[in-house]
Amino acid sequence: MESSFFTISMLNGVSYGLLLFMLSSGLTLIFSMMGVLNFAHASFYMLGAYVAFTTAELVGFWPALLVAPLVVGGVGALFEKYCLRRVHKFGHVPELLITFGLSYVLLELVQLVWGRSAVNYRVPAALDGPLFTIVSSSASGLDFVWRQAPAQLCNSVDPSVVVSCTQFPAYRGFMMLVAIFMLVAVWLLLTRTRIGLVIQAALTHPETVEALGHNVPRVFMLVFGGGAALAGLAGVIGGNAFVTEPGMAATVGSIIFVVVVVGGMGSLAGAFLASLLIGVIQTFAVAVDYSLVNLFSYAGWAITPETFGYPVLRLTVSQVAPILPYLFLVLILIFRPRGLLGTREG
Amino acid sequence: MPSRRAHLNATIALAAALSCGPALAQKGETVKVAWIDPLSGLMATVGQNQLKSFQFMAEHFSKKNPAGVKFEVIGIDNKLSPQESLNSLKSAIDQGVRYVVQGNGSGAALALIDAINKHNERNPGKEVVYLNYAAVDPDLTNSKCSYWHFRLDADTSMKMEALTTFMKEQAEIKKVYLINQNYAHGHQVAKYAKENLKRKRPDVQVVGEDLHPLAQVRDFAPYISKIKASGADTVITGNWGSDLTLLIKAANDAGLNAKFYTYYGGVSGTPTAMGSAADGRVYQVSYNHYNMGGETAKLMADFKQRFNDDWYTGATYHAFALLGEAMARAKSTDPVKVAAAMEGLRFKSFNGEVEMRKGDHQLQQGLFITKWQKADAKHSYSPENTGYTFAPVKQYDAYVASTPTSCQMKRP
Repeated sequence: MESSFFTISMLNGVSYGLLLFMLSSGLTLIFSMMGVLNFAHASFYMLGAYVAFTTAELVGFWPALLVAPLVVGGVGALFEKYCLRRVHKFGHVPELLITFGLSYVLLELVQLVWGRSAVNYRVPAALDGPLFTIVSSSASGLDFVWRQAPAQLCNSVDPSVVVSCTQFPAYRGFMMLVAIFMLVAVWLLLTRTRIGLVIQAALTHPETVEALGHNVPRVFMLVFGGGAALAGLAGVIGGNAFVTEPGMAATVGSIIFVVVVVGGMGSLAGAFLASLLIGVIQTFAVAVDYSLVNLFSYAGWAITPETFGYPVLRLTVSQVAPILPYLFLVLILIFRPRGLLGTREG
Repeated sequence: MPSRRAHLNATIALAAALSCGPALAQKGETVKVAWIDPLSGLMATVGQNQLKSFQFMAEHFSKKNPAGVKFEVIGIDNKLSPQESLNSLKSAIDQGVRYVVQGNGSGAALALIDAINKHNERNPGKEVVYLNYAAVDPDLTNSKCSYWHFRLDADTSMKMEALTTFMKEQAEIKKVYLINQNYAHGHQVAKYAKENLKRKRPDVQVVGEDLHPLAQVRDFAPYISKIKASGADTVITGNWGSDLTLLIKAANDAGLNAKFYTYYGGVSGTPTAMGSAADGRVYQVSYNHYNMGGETAKLMADFKQRFNDDWYTGATYHAFALLGEAMARAKSTDPVKVAAAMEGLRFKSFNGEVEMRKGDHQLQQGLFITKWQKADAKHSYSPENTGYTFAPVKQYDAYVASTPTSCQMKRP
């Protein structure tokens, strides 16, 4: 594998993994704190993107980075207070169903307000364009140039030397930065502050915490709102990196559950690890054009189109790359049901 | 008193016949058309737009069509699933519908063809005719052709024929990369691209080929870096919907300056994703484009004003133009007579005179190659208010894009 290709793929994998982490951290927090599997999480992500789009239209992208998570967090907190709390006493299934219903309501609302086609939510001008360019030359190896590499660097004068330039978008760098900042902030909040201690204590000993004079229902409202806000933040970042349209919640809906299950239900560190793994594995799998046919031919077995199961054997790793996470999910559920870093059983 | 009632009926019928004249027996009748396509799920955006397009065109053609009939469109959600399409068809037939339109996904199209063949065989006198406005798998008019199926879009082989005829003249194309969705349509695009390029441009090298699952990929950056590493200067893709949108977006981000040859650059969402970054780099092959002028320009403007959306499914126009013309010739709205009249029918549509080929029921029509560029005075229609548009660079007459058929049609 060519070294510039390796570098750029690694960066792509890690940045996609970090976006996945941003998407799923709220889900895993809500689950670990409240035991609610929030089916509307991806809808909060979508809502974040749309609110950010409108805010960016009115006052610019940077305020939107703050406003959209707050709005989405507010919506989440209100939902917890007026809907989720009421069905809590009926058990897990009604809780799950009400979040499922919320995902439909949010989808319809978004379509009513912003229409059914994609909106033009753009990356801010300051972050548009490449962060750096990798110039790889067959004579002098790899070289990094900040921002855009000048054209004369990318065109070789000598025909025997092959030069290629690969750009890494600045916005993907920004995505990575925000995800890491978010991870550190949440971790500090939960382990180093008073409110974090109360939240953690409320999980295991809600009655004791209540007896000490803390308002446990309000703690739960804050947690749910916070989780929703994290999804909203991912929406602000992901909405313009990808495309802001009503189908965007459905596109990420299934993958975030994979991240949470693979990482271990309720483990923030697990979700982080799982997102990075999935991002990197998926990215590199795309580059592998080998199939089981190649593998068997090394072993000396000849596989022809007449062989039983040829259509499956013929599939290359790159063809199945996007569905590898689901394979991963099934394997994890079979061999390690609590996930990579999960602490709860099954 | 049966005899008296029969007498009365006969009198009314005679009076009706005398007042209208036998030539216009169908005049004033309402023709119900069932639209069976996704209104929910990932492709809902496309489906919603197309249902509106059909309803809009039904209204337009109810005002003026040679048969003097009224069209009414009933939308039924098939959730992009072949199984659901069958339920939808049943519901349509129960509502007394005799004309069905569908287009998104050749899998659903195939299921409908099968079901309609069987239904028509078992229920003589209640036949249903199926107009396919967008499912472009060539098999539907070749090995799996049916007398009751009429295709209004140009199939994959026709579009690739036009596209490669255009590429033949582009000397800068040296290395081509194929990226497609891993199902019938994507396979067909890749297959015809390779065959046609070998025939027309043997010097062009296919440096890579990818098939990815339909509507599963969120991050196309890895594919783009693979394309980049292959050194391709041109990408051919049959992707549609979010798969094309995200692909082009990732290409823009990574600064890949290869040219893209697409089938569905104009479909909901994609214009926004292309924006200014794709200026001059994306081509599209289609039987229509945004800047056709004339009647189409007025219809597009009306559509945009009413729905704040773009009318890009031109086959919705074909559908009612064809039905109206055929009903006038058949002097009836009975699907059996209308189907017979549609065979070999030549009629005027927005892209010139078109013909419904008798041998396989594939509409023969001219195709356009268009290029994504800044909207200007001459090409002023700007989809999704992007400020950019697809401007025509080449027009091919029907015979250039026409491909042979292997259809052995069973006629009733």
